[in-house]
Amino acid sequence: MTLTVSNLTVHHGAICAVNQVSLTVPAGKLAAIIGSNGAGKTTLLRTLSGLKHPTQGEISWNGENIVGTKPEMLVRRGISHVGEGKSVVPELTVKENLELGAIWRRNNQESKESIENVVSIFPRLGERINQRSDTLSGGERQMLAIGRAIMSKPQLLLLDEPSLGLAPLVVEQIFQTIRDLTNSMNLTVLLVEQNAMGALKIADLGIVLNLGSVAVAGSASALIDDPAVRSAYLGY
Amino acid sequence: MDFLNTLLIGITAGSIYSLMAISMVLVWRSTRVVNFAQAGMALLSTYFGFEAVTKLGSFWIALPVAMLGGALVAALVEMILIRLLVKHSSSGPIAGVAPIIATLGLLGVIRASASMIWGGQDVRIVGPVSNDGFTINGTTLVFSPLKLLILVTVLVLMLILSLVFQKTNIGLALRASAYSPEIARLSGIKVDWVRTLGWALAGAAGAVAGMFQTVNGNGTLSPDSIEFSLLLVSGFIAAVIGGLDSLIGAVIGGLVLGLMISFVLMYISSGLFFIAPFVILLLVLFIRPQGIFGAKAARRA
Repeated sequence: MTLTVSNLTVHHGAICAVNQVSLTVPAGKLAAIIGSNGAGKTTLLRTLSGLKHPTQGEISWNGENIVGTKPEMLVRRGISHVGEGKSVVPELTVKENLELGAIWRRNNQESKESIENVVSIFPRLGERINQRSDTLSGGERQMLAIGRAIMSKPQLLLLDEPSLGLAPLVVEQIFQTIRDLTNSMNLTVLLVEQNAMGALKIADLGIVLNLGSVAVAGSASALIDDPAVRSAYLGY
Repeated sequence: MDFLNTLLIGITAGSIYSLMAISMVLVWRSTRVVNFAQAGMALLSTYFGFEAVTKLGSFWIALPVAMLGGALVAALVEMILIRLLVKHSSSGPIAGVAPIIATLGLLGVIRASASMIWGGQDVRIVGPVSNDGFTINGTTLVFSPLKLLILVTVLVLMLILSLVFQKTNIGLALRASAYSPEIARLSGIKVDWVRTLGWALAGAAGAVAGMFQTVNGNGTLSPDSIEFSLLLVSGFIAAVIGGLDSLIGAVIGGLVLGLMISFVLMYISSGLFFIAPFVILLLVLFIRPQGIFGAKAARRA
């Protein structure tokens, strides 16, 4: 299923955070959105998942305009959002956080099977299944956040800076897992990242946001080779 | 014997405060509002219970009627009043306090309405069993079959509530929505409805507290009864002792408060009836402002 955004504009009060953004992510592809702080990456993602209302523009998912649909309903239509900064509920156990991801299905058997699936992807979560999630390491918490998102069996996964605050080795692991999930679950993925190089390496498509607008878009490998992108975002 | 008496009376009164504190905590966790109308809502529910006792003749039918009525009133208050206020006063200097002040106003409205409807009558609810104390070795205790029944009922209700919270999907939804509303929404939980449900549970718990507070006292009910003022104050203090965010804290806060009041009245002076709870509140606020069970740092803004 394809995600198409056309002329999307989003304001925070008087400030225009996302300005006339258009982009397309074809089904089964992983798109990386890179750009500096304040480029509008997080706002764009929050608008896609329904947490924020756009001022104008259209978001088409699976052929239907989803602007104005609440996040709790978008989950039911296959859109899962992992928020910035390890989006888990610290007071709940690992198991409860995972159960949360499938709670709207009201099918405990299915939820149990999905937990087994997540644990097979992230064995570390299995070892800590009954621990409160605020006892986990940063990397484990990010795994849990992604685990919660895939509990709902999404078709579109929105990831907001999964590498934030993690050690390089862990970042590499998380990125590899995201790539693997995209292939094995046939997901469409929108990955927002400050770690531009890491994200572009695993992505099919790259989109550079600057001051709320799309500056460059193309295949990820073309972006890595683009001298302007290299000097501005990849640092060499 | 005095000691045992004081202990048992304290625990019984404390269990009722615990219920009231639970209802304050449920509302606080759902919507981050301190609900000063909670005792007013309990009062109204108790009047529903009185109507049911009068018409149907059974306390055990009246109790669920009061709970249902209380749940309904609370749910409506949340849907009509609180939801709108929280949405419309999201910024500006009074944003944080507008819903709280509204609950104070609501308390006044409920009291005035109750006295218009039931004010002229002699409203009396008789408990299902005797409130005459047990006799052990020829000594008569103040602790009675009624107090025992109250204690057991409250414990059973708390057990059910904790099972619901810990073991069911609804409980998980209630906890997730309280701790991280955004993650709850992103997980597909309809947080608005969960909030209403939290209020409804609070209303039901408050109704039980109101019914028991009435029959545990002298059985009479009036809109400005001292019993209900005490219920509001004690429920609030017990909730604060417990950290305002914790259900277990609310239970222990209520019991601690009940015992403290009971012992102060017995061993220091019965003239301290209205002062003791406030002194205890001030002590808690000075020594541990986050409450005995509250997290050290604010969990989040």
